[in-house]
Amino acid sequence: MNLHRLGGLILIALFVGLGLLLPGWSRFLLTLALARGLLVLGVVLLMQAGLVSFGQGLFFAAGAYAVGFAMRDLGIRDAFLGAILGAGAGLGIAALVGPLLARYRGIFFAMLTLAFSMIFYGILVKAYRITGGTDGLRIAPPTFLGWSPPEAQLGSVLYLFTLVGVGAMVFLIFRYLRSPLGYTMRAIRDNEVRVEYLGLSVSRALYLAVLLVGAMGGLGGALSAMSVGHVDPNLAYWTTSGEFVFVALLGGTGSVFAPLAGSIVFEFLRTYTYKYFPYTWQMGLGLIMLVIVGFAPGGLWTLYELIARRMSGWSWSWKRGA
Amino acid sequence: MNAKRWLWSGLILALLIGACVPAATPTPTPSPVPPTPTTVAPAPSPTPAPAGPTPTAAPPTPTPAVPGAPAALKIGIVTFLSGPAASPFGVPARNAAEVLIENLNAGKAPAPYDQKGIGGVPIQAIYVDEAGGAEKQVAEFRRLVLEEKVDLVIGYISSADCLAVAPVAEELKTLTVLFDCGTNQIFEERDYRYVFRTHAHQVIENVGAARYILRMKPNLRSIAGINQNYAWGQDSWAAFRDSVRKLKPDVQVAGEHFPKLFAGEYSAELSALLAARPEVVHSSFWGGDLEAFVIQASPRGLFQQSLVVLTTGDTILPRLGRDMPKGVVIAARGPHGVLAPKTPLNDWFVKIYKDRYVVRPVYPSYHIAQAILGVKAAYEKAIAANGGKWPTGDQVIAAFEHLEFETPSGTIRMALGKGHQAVEPVVLGITGDFDPATGEVKLTDVMEFPAECVNPPDGMKTPDWIAQGFPGAKCP
Repeated sequence: MNLHRLGGLILIALFVGLGLLLPGWSRFLLTLALARGLLVLGVVLLMQAGLVSFGQGLFFAAGAYAVGFAMRDLGIRDAFLGAILGAGAGLGIAALVGPLLARYRGIFFAMLTLAFSMIFYGILVKAYRITGGTDGLRIAPPTFLGWSPPEAQLGSVLYLFTLVGVGAMVFLIFRYLRSPLGYTMRAIRDNEVRVEYLGLSVSRALYLAVLLVGAMGGLGGALSAMSVGHVDPNLAYWTTSGEFVFVALLGGTGSVFAPLAGSIVFEFLRTYTYKYFPYTWQMGLGLIMLVIVGFAPGGLWTLYELIARRMSGWSWSWKRGA
Repeated sequence: MNAKRWLWSGLILALLIGACVPAATPTPTPSPVPPTPTTVAPAPSPTPAPAGPTPTAAPPTPTPAVPGAPAALKIGIVTFLSGPAASPFGVPARNAAEVLIENLNAGKAPAPYDQKGIGGVPIQAIYVDEAGGAEKQVAEFRRLVLEEKVDLVIGYISSADCLAVAPVAEELKTLTVLFDCGTNQIFEERDYRYVFRTHAHQVIENVGAARYILRMKPNLRSIAGINQNYAWGQDSWAAFRDSVRKLKPDVQVAGEHFPKLFAGEYSAELSALLAARPEVVHSSFWGGDLEAFVIQASPRGLFQQSLVVLTTGDTILPRLGRDMPKGVVIAARGPHGVLAPKTPLNDWFVKIYKDRYVVRPVYPSYHIAQAILGVKAAYEKAIAANGGKWPTGDQVIAAFEHLEFETPSGTIRMALGKGHQAVEPVVLGITGDFDPATGEVKLTDVMEFPAECVNPPDGMKTPDWIAQGFPGAKCP
């Protein structure tokens, strides 16, 4: 067993323990943060190829509404089916918009993603009879393979369910980034022309990345919708997408865990700015963003790396008896 | 490391925070300088935003008069403190809550609310911003209940927030009073035990408006609507259109316009309305959109050509003053604002509000007063029923159901949704001459439709009630 596996096990045990020990409101925040972390992870994934997605809300809302429609129209209350449907909806939309997105770079990519998410927002608002308009849809508490947990335990069960879903996704992305395809993403950022000359298809690599991001975003949306119990078109609004980019910058792009860490920090940060500055919380978040961009452009993950480097340096010197 | 750089950045940051914080204190909105020279006192800034969970009242806890009572009754108050809905709705509601709770705690309210606080127990309010979306509000609700340990929550202006929070209130078994959201869905789609709404839903003022314009124009032939393209606007227009056509089936619809929310610019829709020449134009616009619409429609003569019905029109009367055009039908989502009844309780409420914030209260202020006074009445009724001891949550709920209580908007009855949803009458009037004494236009042809006339019977969905031709409605 190598150190990485051990670290992973400790991390999983820590999260499971946290979820069961924390009071209900912070467990709920943690659930939300994990689910939204998947969307942030999507932003970070595309950033590997030098692309910034301002339309993560599209996949988020697609997944959430898939759960909402399945529950209202088909009577599907199962959490597993809901998660699959959510990921499927995200994947389906990504398959539709992906071919177009994969052809654009830089500001054009950002604007296109933004445009698609706002088109979806417009549809959700205008198709009032189908989507419930801005009032949104209610989502009943989910069941798990026929078992419906008692109300008091529902929060914990949903948390563990989200943790498993997010954990699996993070592992997948971890492997992806270490695969030739994942390295292609970084190569595209560095020199797209050379990648083509090496015989790799840039557009196919990007299309696959968009599909992955879409499915992951849909899953995040489905998980968050089941916890919140309500979906509304704001999930597809550009401010939601902007928040994901904000969190991506806050967390940093150094590791697959950075977006999750950023997402968790952000949710708690926002809750406490709400609590202590009820009139000026947006400004508080803005100032934090300024500080991050000014002093830790690599996000919070650079702090971790700094500490880790110091620690390893310390143990190294200690081993040598210095 | 580079200690100097950190020092400088810290200094700049401190300066930034220092510069921004006073600027962000809530200002009483709507806060135009009153147009009359008699009342040009500069708007006294309200108490600056206290950092933290903003307790409005933390008096030295007296020995509770009621055995078993807590030292203070903690109420979480959720209303828009930022964003476009803050100025027209959120802040007037927060201001009303603040001044009302202060007066209640001091025991300065007139009868029947002359007891200090609630049954002698002071109210401690925690204000939370409603901005951030339904998802965030569910999280904030959980935090209020589980971390702040509030006894009850009063809040929510947005219908989506009400719909999202209500099931969570049931889950956490926490008394929750919805104070301003419009949707009729909440109590018509399921029953709630812990959720109450102390104001009438949005459909009724559109039913009232339909009845009003048919009184004014018995030979009405055409109507048109301009409403914001989201649930509020769509529901309001549908209720108005269907009510008019049910009451007078030969009325034609000459145009339905749904500009997007916060569009702010309506020249295209105005041209279409002017060309279609409908006799009546309905609009449920609110806030900045409503103001922009009135200001843009006025010079183009829409108000001379058509009878325009503004269902939330009361909120802009103090802001527009003498710029408010004549001959516009104004409603206030019930007997609120200028359309409130002339009672000692209302006079007192208007006075304490004006003394603090200069402008008069508008309907969201009335709505939150209804919620706070409803809670007070329910608790005090429960204390009396419990032999003078502090009641349990169940006893408060039992007292709240089917309660009748006095408010600045008149007597409120919790008649619908198995005693959880209030009914209110609808009052409308037409704008007339400018009155320099109040700084607003006077209203003429004021007409009240009692609650039995504009609300469906209990257990009936409002759209069905309209579609079936208002069975059970008792109108004057």
